[in-house]
Amino acid sequence: MHRKLICAAALAAAAVAPLAARAQDAELQRIREEIRQMKEAYERRIEALEKRLQETEARTAKAEVAPSPASTPAGGRSGGEGAFNPALSLILNGTLAYTKRDPDRFRINGFVPTAGEVAPPRRGLSLGESELALSANIDTLFRGTLMAALKPEGGLEVEESYLQTLGLSNGFTVKAGRFFSGVGYQNQLHAHAWDFTDAPLVMKAFLGNQLADDGVQVKWVAPTDLYFDLGFEAGRGRTFPGSDRSKNGFGSGTVFAHLGGDLGSSYAWQVGVSHLRTAPRERTYDDTDSTGAGVTNSFTGQSRLWVLDGVLKWAPEGNAAETSFKLQGEYFRRTESGSLTYDTQAASLGTQSGGYGSRQSGWYLQGVYQFMPRWRAGYRYDRLNAGATSLGLVESGALAAASFPILSGYNPKRSAFMVDWSPSEFSRIRLQLARDYSRQGEPDNQVFVQYIMSLGAHGAHKF
Amino acid sequence: MKRILFCLGILLSRPAIAALDVFACEPEWAALAQEIGGDQVSTFAATTARQDPHRIEARPSLIARMRRADLAICTGAELEVGWLPLLLTQSGNPRVQRGAAGYFEASQFVDRLEVPKVLDRAMGDVHPSGNPHIHLDPRNIGKVGAALALRLADIDRGNAELYRARAAQFGERWRAAIARWEREAAPLKGMPVVVYHKDFSYFLHWTGMREAGALEPKPGIPPTPAHLAELVERMQRAPAKVIIHSAYSSPKPAEFLSERTHIPAVMMPFTVGGTDRARDLYGLFDDTIERLLKAAK
Repeated sequence: MHRKLICAAALAAAAVAPLAARAQDAELQRIREEIRQMKEAYERRIEALEKRLQETEARTAKAEVAPSPASTPAGGRSGGEGAFNPALSLILNGTLAYTKRDPDRFRINGFVPTAGEVAPPRRGLSLGESELALSANIDTLFRGTLMAALKPEGGLEVEESYLQTLGLSNGFTVKAGRFFSGVGYQNQLHAHAWDFTDAPLVMKAFLGNQLADDGVQVKWVAPTDLYFDLGFEAGRGRTFPGSDRSKNGFGSGTVFAHLGGDLGSSYAWQVGVSHLRTAPRERTYDDTDSTGAGVTNSFTGQSRLWVLDGVLKWAPEGNAAETSFKLQGEYFRRTESGSLTYDTQAASLGTQSGGYGSRQSGWYLQGVYQFMPRWRAGYRYDRLNAGATSLGLVESGALAAASFPILSGYNPKRSAFMVDWSPSEFSRIRLQLARDYSRQGEPDNQVFVQYIMSLGAHGAHKF
Repeated sequence: MKRILFCLGILLSRPAIAALDVFACEPEWAALAQEIGGDQVSTFAATTARQDPHRIEARPSLIARMRRADLAICTGAELEVGWLPLLLTQSGNPRVQRGAAGYFEASQFVDRLEVPKVLDRAMGDVHPSGNPHIHLDPRNIGKVGAALALRLADIDRGNAELYRARAAQFGERWRAAIARWEREAAPLKGMPVVVYHKDFSYFLHWTGMREAGALEPKPGIPPTPAHLAELVERMQRAPAKVIIHSAYSSPKPAEFLSERTHIPAVMMPFTVGGTDRARDLYGLFDDTIERLLKAAK
């Protein structure tokens, strides 16, 4: 190539020669000198190129043994999550619902209403919340995540928005912002990852469907083969069982611990225990009193919740492609003590206060079996025990027990059956049938057809 | 209380064990780390040959292992996208985070095949960075091994010379093995084969075999009756020589096609541990080639 250039240069020089002959001697000398310099320069460059080529060949031959540290990654940009920066995903969700009873009048008898989104989906066709998720590593120290729910009626709700540390050592991780609390097992999963259309009754009655508080979480993972973690959360106590208070410091505290591991190659398990404490002030709920008037009552005191949870998963040799089974259960126990104020708005028999104490519990157990690729079927049994609730106003004879109908002793229960079809990892269509005894004397039959679709970044396979 | 503190003290003060703790996402990388690291590394494979490395959950046992790892070797190219990021964030271990010296993505050191020009999930579970199943081209193992030796030397400087020496030794043996496999696999060149998933692309590319069809209609979508019926018809017109599937995928679709077309269906080890003979990386290729040669007869 370069030799050709030299030839061309020489030819060009030859072509200009007659002209040069007519030029002055000095001019000729100058041109000759230039051509000589050009030739030398080209020869030097060719030598250099040949040398480089030889070196490259030698390196390539050695490459399979030990490439130089400078060898760049083949194929350009690294993939992974970073292919989308930040990772963006969208979950679409919609339901077709048939319910015998009006979902707008849903209540769980025996339990203080939570003001959470606990009612079954609206009758007929309805759009669920569309979830928008963004996440990425912020720098070497932090990772950020945002989960926003686009409400079908308009508006946007921040479900989760938190930072998480990456750079702490010794198994410590700190989360700060709004995040699903580590209390229990299912509370930490997003609704689209649930195995049933709605939350277990224990989550509805004790956590207001799902607890996401504003706060800080510190978690430590032990350096052992058996998984062990220990964590605590300090939060605002923004929602049920707390009440949003204008208060410096913390409104809720949670501690949790988990143990987990594998049993052979086919089973994996995890058990956990957690405790949540809050001190709600004037946590209100609506009820209908003995005169039939709508009243607002409020609770002030201490709320303490204990949760035991366990998950066992089976897949032949750990391969869930064909078939798998998941067994999941949680037990909740709550004690609340303090005072209850009746009719805070003085809309009926006048505002009165008295002592309040309750000890309530509940549990659920569910199994989901993937009987063939793409198809799963599951059954869940829910049970709540209203236990003993003592009301100072009733015991002193100031008011009749009928003034607090929602708190009257009742043990709600529910059975749900579901079957779902997931054509790919990104889509799921589910049918759920349930018989719900949440309302005293008004059993509800429910049929839901639901779709859950996930677009964008690949979802996480959380245990 | 004192006892608890004592136990915690023991847990926290666990003495640094001499061997480097290597967390390998797939068995092939565990085997390679063992070849290069020898006694200086203690390897753990997060998945087995019976598991689809894409469909793994971030189980507690894996988080516990990642927590202690000095080096995480994974394929990358979105193969572990569903579980590796969770393991990293849950582990509280800064040594193995993306960008740290202890995070090693094998696919970065090789040329990837089937990098999609258009990204659309209507084409199945496509990987933006190309086909991630890079290890079935033994030349890629050689490249990754060389890069891994450098990384090990970087993390464990005291033993740098040892890693270099072992890598050179392995490289030499490996190149000799590749030359032998290429001679043995020469008859496979041009042979049409039906695969299950796009997990043998690098092997086919290396041996010059031809993919005549896939049991999955689209990558990551399980075989459907309609697609299988179409494959049967296609195989009757232009039969392939062999139907292959890996140890982790169901043998049923391959057997279904085999029964109707009388094309032999053969299970491949796919990775180390997939068959009795595929005990290490050498056995993996020995067995893979032998099984194909036998089926081709």
